Amino acid sequence: MDFTLSKEHEMARQLFKDFAENEVKPLAQEVDETEVFPRATVDKMAKYGFLGIPVPKEYGGQGCDPLAYAMCVEELSKVCGTTGVIVSAHTSLCIDPIMTYGTEEQKQKYVIPLAKGEKLGAFGLTEPGAGTDAQGQQTKAVLDGDEWVLNGTKCFITNGKEADVYIVIAVTGKIEKRGRMQKEISAFIVEKGTPGFTFGTKENKMGIRGSSTYELIFTDCRIPKENLLGAKGKGFGIAMHTLDGGRIGIAAQALGLAEGALETTIQYVKERKQFGRSIAQFQNTQFQLADMATKVQAAQLLVYKAAMAKATQKVYSVEAAMAKLYAAEVAMEVTTKCVQLHGGYGYIREYDVERMMRDAKITEIYEGTSEVQRMVISGSLLK
Amino acid sequence: MKIIVCIKQVPDTKGGVKFNPDGTLDRGAMLAIMNPDDKAGLEAALRLKDQYGAEVTVLTMGLPKAADVLREAMAMGADKGVLVTDRVLGGADTWATSTTIAGAIRNLEYDLIITGRQAIDGDTAQVGPQIAEHLGLPVISYAQDIKVEGDKVIVQRQYDDRYHVLEAKMPCLVTALSELNDPRYMTPGGIFDACKAEITTWGRADLKDVEDSNLGLAGSPTKIAKASDKVRKGAGEKVTPDSPDEAVDYIVGKLKEKHVI
Repeated sequence: MDFTLSKEHEMARQLFKDFAENEVKPLAQEVDETEVFPRATVDKMAKYGFLGIPVPKEYGGQGCDPLAYAMCVEELSKVCGTTGVIVSAHTSLCIDPIMTYGTEEQKQKYVIPLAKGEKLGAFGLTEPGAGTDAQGQQTKAVLDGDEWVLNGTKCFITNGKEADVYIVIAVTGKIEKRGRMQKEISAFIVEKGTPGFTFGTKENKMGIRGSSTYELIFTDCRIPKENLLGAKGKGFGIAMHTLDGGRIGIAAQALGLAEGALETTIQYVKERKQFGRSIAQFQNTQFQLADMATKVQAAQLLVYKAAMAKATQKVYSVEAAMAKLYAAEVAMEVTTKCVQLHGGYGYIREYDVERMMRDAKITEIYEGTSEVQRMVISGSLLK
Repeated sequence: MKIIVCIKQVPDTKGGVKFNPDGTLDRGAMLAIMNPDDKAGLEAALRLKDQYGAEVTVLTMGLPKAADVLREAMAMGADKGVLVTDRVLGGADTWATSTTIAGAIRNLEYDLIITGRQAIDGDTAQVGPQIAEHLGLPVISYAQDIKVEGDKVIVQRQYDDRYHVLEAKMPCLVTALSELNDPRYMTPGGIFDACKAEITTWGRADLKDVEDSNLGLAGSPTKIAKASDKVRKGAGEKVTPDSPDEAVDYIVGKLKEKHVI
C-alpha cells in the first residue's frame, strides 16, 4: 500500500493551491459578506478547465480522475467554501449523471459545454416536503405527445439561478412494488429559459453565502421527450448514484474547510501573545492542534480513498458515505475549535475562521445529512 | 513558427537562500521553481502560439529533476521538452552553460529563441546573449513586449525610465523580463498529459559542435571565491491614502491585524 501521491496529483494540487491563493482567497470575505455569486472566478476556473476535471477529453473535459477533482474542491474550499461547492455541484451533480446515464446525443449536447465551463450545471432533487425522504417527491412530469410537462417546486438548489442546465427529478407515475403502489420517479434534463421554468426565493443562508441557492418552479414547463435522462422509472436510482459521487465532492469541501481553518489557526497562535508569550507555547493549544491535525489527516485519507474507489469501483456508496460523514464532522469540530483558539477575534467577521465555521455546518446537512450517511453505512453492515 | 524557450529550475529564494558549508547553494533545502523571467518568456511564446500557431519547445540544462520544470511548461501548453543532463556538464558557469545550450539547440529547428533575462540564483544575465553569440544570431535583451510581424520580431526593450523599440529578422534571440506578462496557470489535463509525455534527454554526446574544454566545471573560466545571501528587507507595501485620516485608519488597521494593539 502506497500513500505517496503520483507526480501528476502533486502537480495538480500545487496548481489548485496557487489558483486558490491568488484568485479565490482575496475575494472570499467579500463573497460571503455581499452574497454575490463569484462569476468572474467561475469564468477563470472555466478557462483553466476546473469545471470538467474528471470528464474525458472527447467530451470537453480534462481527462483527469476523481482524485484530482476532489483535490480541486479541497484546495478551493481551504480558502472559500462557496467556490468549492460551485465546482462540486456542477461536476458531481450535473455532469456526472449525464455522463453516466445520458445518451450519446445528450452527452454531446450538454456535457461538452458543461465540461468546458461554457455552461454551469445544477441538480434539483430536494423539495419542501422531500429532503432526507427523497421518495416524498411531489414534482410531476407527464408525457404529452413529444414533450414532458413538468409541474412542481424544488428548493435549496445550489447554483440555482446561475446554472444553465438542470437535472430535475420528478414523479412520472405509479408502479407496484412488492404488492404496494409506489411512485415511479424519473430524471430529466431541463435548460434555463424553458417557458414555465422560473425561480422562486433566494435563500439567505448561514454559510456558503455566495453560492446561489434558489427555489426552482415548474409551471406547465414543457421539455422535449428526449430530455428524459436514463430510462423512465429509474430516476430514484440515478439520484442516489449521483449523490454517492456528490458526497465525495462535499467530503472534499469539508476537508478543505477543516484544513483551511487549521492552517489559519497555526499562523494565528504563533502571533497572538497572552501572558507574555505566544499562545502556541501553551500545552492546551499544542494538544488541540495535534488532535485537529490527526483528525484532518484521517479525513483526508477517507476522502482520497472514496475518490479512488469512484475511479475503480462500480459501487462506492459506503466509501463516499464514510468520507462525507467523517470529513463533515471533522470540519465542524475543527472550525469550532479554531474559532475558540482565536478567542474574541474568532467571533469577528474579518477573521476567516468565523466564516469557515459557518460554511462547515452545511457539510453535515446537504447531499445527505450525517444521519443519512450513518444509515447508508450501517445498512451495508447489516444486510 | 518554431519557438525554443530556454528555462531553468532555480531555488525559490522567497524564503531566503541556504548555503552548503563550501559556499555553494544548498538546493535540496529550498523549493525548486521555474525561474520567473523564463516563465514570462514561456508565456510570451505561448501567446504567440495562441495568436499565430507555433510549436513551442522548452529546453533546460540541469540535474535529472530539472525535468519537473519541463513538465510544468508542458502543462502550461508547451509542445515538447528537452532536458540536457550529464555529469560532465556539472559546475558550469555562464560560458560553459551557454556553450552547452547552443550545442543542444544546433540539433533543433527554430525561428525564435526566448530566454529569461537572468536566473534568480545567479543574476548574471549573460547566458541568453551568449547563446545568441554562439549561434550567430541577433539578440534583443530586456524585452517588456514581444510582437511578431512576418519574418521579424518587434520588441520593446526596457531601458531605465523608457523603452526602445527594436526589430530583428528571425531567427533571433530575445531575453524576457518577468514584467513582460502574467504567466498562465497549468491546466489539470495539461498536467496529466505532461506527466505521461516523453521528455527528450540529451547528454554530452548529443551536443553539436562543442569542445570538451568549454564544458562543465573544467570549461568554466569563472571561479566562485565566496557567496553570501544579501540582507533582505522585504518589498514592503506602498499605499497612497487620500487623507491623513485614511492613513491613520490604515496604520491602526495593520497594527490590529498584527495584534500589536
